[in-house]
Amino acid sequence: MDVDQIRELVKEKGKTFPIKLLTEISEASERHNLTSGELDVLIEKIIESYNRAEVEPGEAVGTIAAQSVGEPGTQMTMRTFHYAGVAELNVTLGLPRLIEVVDARKKISTPTMAIYFDEGFNSDEEYIHKVANQIGKITLNDILKNFNVSYIDNTITAEIDEKIVDDKRLELEKITNEIKKTFKQVTINRNLLSFESTFSKDEDKLKHGIRELRLLADKVRDLQISGVKNIGKVVIRNEGSEWVVHTEGSNLGAILKMDNVDKVRTTTNDIYEIEKVLGIEAARNAIIQELITTMEEQGLAVDVRHVMLVADMMTVDGIVKSIGRHGISGEKSSVLARAAFEETGKHLLNASIRGEVDHLTGIIENVIIGQPIPLGTGSIGVVMNQDK
Amino acid sequence: MKGIIKKVSDIDFGLMSPETIRKMSVTKIVTPDTYDEDGYPIEAGLMDSRLGVIDPGLKCRTCGAKGGDCQGHFGHINFARPIMHVGFADTIHKILRSTCKECGKVLLTPSEKEHFKTILEEHMRNGEDISRIIKKIHLKAKNETCPYCDVEQEDIKIDKPVSIVEGNYKLTSNEVRERLENIPEEEYIFIGINKDVARPEWMVLTVLPVPPVTVRPSITLETGERSEDDLTHKLVDILRINQRLKENMEAGAPQLIVEDLWELLQYHVITYFDNEASGVPPARHRSGRPLKTLAQRLKGKEGRFRSNLAGKRVNFSARTVISPDPNISINELGVPEMIAKEVTVPIYVTKWNIDEMKKYIRNGSDNHPGANYIIRPDGRKIRVYEETKETVMENLEPGYVVERHLKDGDIVLFNRQPSLHRMSMMAHEVRVLPYKTFRLHLCACPPYNADFDGDEMNMHVFQTAESRSEAKTIMKVQEHILSPRFGGPIIGAIHDHISGAYLLTHRDAIFNEDDVFEIFKRSKMALPEPKGRQWSGKEIFSELLPDTLNMVYKAEICRKCDECQKEKCPYDAYVVITDGNLNQGVVDEKGYGSFSGKILDAIVKRYGPSAARKFLDESTKLAIYGGVMIRGFTTSTADEEIPQEAQERIDDLLTKAEVHVEQIIDAYNNDELEALPGRSLRETLEMKIMQVLGEARDNTGVIAENYFDIGNSAVIMALTGARGSMLNLTQIATCVGQQAVRGGRIERGYKDRTLPHFPKGDVGAKASGFVHSSYKSGLDPLEFFFHAMGGREGLVDTAIRTAQSGYMQRRLVNALQDLSVKDDGSVRDNRGGIVQFRYGEDGIDPAKSDYGRVADIDRLIDEIRLEFGSK
Repeated sequence: MDVDQIRELVKEKGKTFPIKLLTEISEASERHNLTSGELDVLIEKIIESYNRAEVEPGEAVGTIAAQSVGEPGTQMTMRTFHYAGVAELNVTLGLPRLIEVVDARKKISTPTMAIYFDEGFNSDEEYIHKVANQIGKITLNDILKNFNVSYIDNTITAEIDEKIVDDKRLELEKITNEIKKTFKQVTINRNLLSFESTFSKDEDKLKHGIRELRLLADKVRDLQISGVKNIGKVVIRNEGSEWVVHTEGSNLGAILKMDNVDKVRTTTNDIYEIEKVLGIEAARNAIIQELITTMEEQGLAVDVRHVMLVADMMTVDGIVKSIGRHGISGEKSSVLARAAFEETGKHLLNASIRGEVDHLTGIIENVIIGQPIPLGTGSIGVVMNQDK
Repeated sequence: MKGIIKKVSDIDFGLMSPETIRKMSVTKIVTPDTYDEDGYPIEAGLMDSRLGVIDPGLKCRTCGAKGGDCQGHFGHINFARPIMHVGFADTIHKILRSTCKECGKVLLTPSEKEHFKTILEEHMRNGEDISRIIKKIHLKAKNETCPYCDVEQEDIKIDKPVSIVEGNYKLTSNEVRERLENIPEEEYIFIGINKDVARPEWMVLTVLPVPPVTVRPSITLETGERSEDDLTHKLVDILRINQRLKENMEAGAPQLIVEDLWELLQYHVITYFDNEASGVPPARHRSGRPLKTLAQRLKGKEGRFRSNLAGKRVNFSARTVISPDPNISINELGVPEMIAKEVTVPIYVTKWNIDEMKKYIRNGSDNHPGANYIIRPDGRKIRVYEETKETVMENLEPGYVVERHLKDGDIVLFNRQPSLHRMSMMAHEVRVLPYKTFRLHLCACPPYNADFDGDEMNMHVFQTAESRSEAKTIMKVQEHILSPRFGGPIIGAIHDHISGAYLLTHRDAIFNEDDVFEIFKRSKMALPEPKGRQWSGKEIFSELLPDTLNMVYKAEICRKCDECQKEKCPYDAYVVITDGNLNQGVVDEKGYGSFSGKILDAIVKRYGPSAARKFLDESTKLAIYGGVMIRGFTTSTADEEIPQEAQERIDDLLTKAEVHVEQIIDAYNNDELEALPGRSLRETLEMKIMQVLGEARDNTGVIAENYFDIGNSAVIMALTGARGSMLNLTQIATCVGQQAVRGGRIERGYKDRTLPHFPKGDVGAKASGFVHSSYKSGLDPLEFFFHAMGGREGLVDTAIRTAQSGYMQRRLVNALQDLSVKDDGSVRDNRGGIVQFRYGEDGIDPAKSDYGRVADIDRLIDEIRLEFGSK
């Protein structure tokens, strides 16, 4: 039975199921070779369970979600660096990462990307290596051997290691052109480089000459000869049948513009960047994904629904807002709620000149003035039937 | 308790005008003093008895009520010169900067004004925050010349805390106030002022309200000395300087002196409002302690908002140490008699219970099921004394309320801090017991995260019928067996319950029928039909299972063999339950432990919380009386004893590992080591060494494991998941392993070495914190030191983590607490804004789901097949 048929069957019984459940039923019916009679009973039973498991109106789902996400925090490790997934790269995990996501930081501590490639390219190791070297940052220092600073004639000599150049799939010509472009006083003889300090060999300026020479040496070594902006180290890994490039640093916009990159699966852990490049819905999904993986990695089970609610709350207004005084809590409608959270004085003073009115629709306001809270059993009233 | 319950519908905020302040004031305060020599309040002084009274003996001269009944009345101080309000200094600065110095209009062109006005009005209609727009206006309104009167504008700066400087000239607060007065009312909207409740010039004070004495009560010390409140001290300062300023002005004193005094008055008023304002040295008490003034009273964790408004102290609560009691139900709570006699339940007297109530009154307040107070219909509360109880009893009639002692079966709320999730507060049924501790069933420990090393918990007694019924239906412990976090059981067996169940249900557990019946009897279970033969442990446990329960799963003791032998499992880890009979396998943590119990999970989800409660109550007792108590269960270091032969193999292994490490280091020193991709050589070295040493430690564990026998209590605990792990046993028996600081081997301490006992540059196993010894054999001093380093990091880590995660939780809860599911299934905030159209996209409550899923489809199919088959 395929999904559509099951959807029809469910519809006949006056219910609609989410697609995931329909697929699950369809798979199960196939696995067990259900007869149509059995399938009918099964659907009825599932409808029964569905009705039983639905949330009741008034349920304080927000608080439950917050507690479910927050409570496991106590059991998490603090160790920022942990080797998991990509053994070669450091990634922030555990509680610090959780806080980072919830804070909606613009600059996260360890941005990283997983770059996938289109069918046809993703198993070509040679090609991936080449692209990886275009993405990853390579400085001149990485491909040099015999780097020599001569203080006597105020020159720097170096030799480009052609083996490494080949290994990294670079082109010597391009490199030398780049060097010529950056440094004026340079003589290049195939792979032999010789830089001259622009300083005169004047005796009394020799002291400065040394300093200048050293600065030049650093400059030579740090010359970037390939790479995408904001991306540092890259690591190539074989995942199943394909090669994947993992990076330190992230630049989603630039990477997605590259040829043969799988635009669907390629991702970054920088939520702000996802918001900028792909939009708010993508950012919402990224928040969910990041929170879930962070907690799963620590062996803590949290239902997606809780995480979804947190992510939805952070993104309802169309921009990613942080959980805390600069985001959601600072923009609440109630003066008392804001004053009770943080920056008490500021909120009260502002409210007085704005002439704000607190309509006492939230939780904390009603706690403050000692009234039943509009949640759960407090959101309804009970009237006694006096006729009976 | 009676009368119409009024509901506060909303609270308006606004600024107080000088007129309002004067109007609500009962007296002008002029004397900077409190009491005269006789201890009476000075007229027009700060403790004037028209401001209200605190001593119960005195009468308020405004309302005539006695101390305690009078809530106090405001007074006022007239300032000799206007004074800036600190809290508004920034706002005033911004307003002055964006308005014309001549005409007071906002420095925006008419078209810009039109534009902002529409935006602002729309936001205000929707009840949204306008701070951002106001900020934009302040940024925009920087025209050099006024577009209305062509006057050139000068740059206005603020010099913290309250000085406003125009160009090089410091504006006096008089001038500031004049400029603010000059702003036309229609311009208020652009500077964020609501003209209905505030005027900008009110931000510069001409009159100061003096709070009633009840707000700043003075305390009489034991020595009879009066000690005044911080606010009173500050008000005295303000008054004194204000009087001096006035006198000097009247006497025509030089400008310089007047200005100095004015400045000083300004300082005192600033610190009176906020003693932590930036740019001002805090005012101090004589002892050097900074004063707690108005802002400090409201602010922060100990402030009025968080400490007295969002959280309040309550009556009818109790707190004491907790201790375990395996003989009560998970729903129950053992309450010490002492507490039961103190906290009470109000009961309405009716003609049906009047005799019972009289019995309580007869018992008095000292004998247990007694009564402490009665409340007459007119609201008077009368204490039940030995001498008066007879008359009280005679007068008792329906309509009275009796506050009787807590007794068995009452429902109470029980809580342990930190209250991280809703399971930290659950309702229990009271069992009044002797001694002085709360008695808690062990299965209720995991949700509270409680243990008995001195933990204390709080109990609250419900005071209304509504709260009691609500607690009974939704807050009882049994209703919280399934956690809303992941849809599985969070309450379940721990520790000895698990070892006990294992001992009861493992293959060789055979019991004589006499013993079996004794076990059932002691477990308070229904006695089954005699079998007339020996019983297996599995048969005993099967008595607990519902007859229609069918399930198959792998127990915790499963060794995860490459190929599962299923029914033929040599460890009896393959559990098969058919028709409520445990045919195969042992019951251990996977069976009914907290967080992972599969049988428990199946019972709650299929048979409901009451059945689950019964299962837990009985199975835990069965595990204790049938498993642990019959065989006896104890552990000591003798359990981690390994034979000489094993010790030799372990030593050999560790030596080899060390040699291997040396080889790696040599390779590194000779530049023969190949770097891992993306790592430096040094990092590669560290990783390799860590790996070798980690493996070595694990291998010693494997060796030791082979020598541990199955009946070993420590091993039983580790394998069944009752307590401890095989790693713990390895560390005790063979080798503690690498100590880590900052996620790596220990490398800091002295220059190029960890301790002076090693040569410089030594990065070998021993020098970097590898502990060869076992806990049992003991650590040598160097190892001990490294171990302490690792241990200390662990402690620091925990301390920081709790603080961090606590704050994160507070922020999360604060951000999400207003969300709730509405009747249409959508999730909305308190403004009615939709956050989710359907909760969780499918409307399923995780607490009622099966690990997040609607139902276990495979199980349903099996059930259907069974039904079809039987037909």
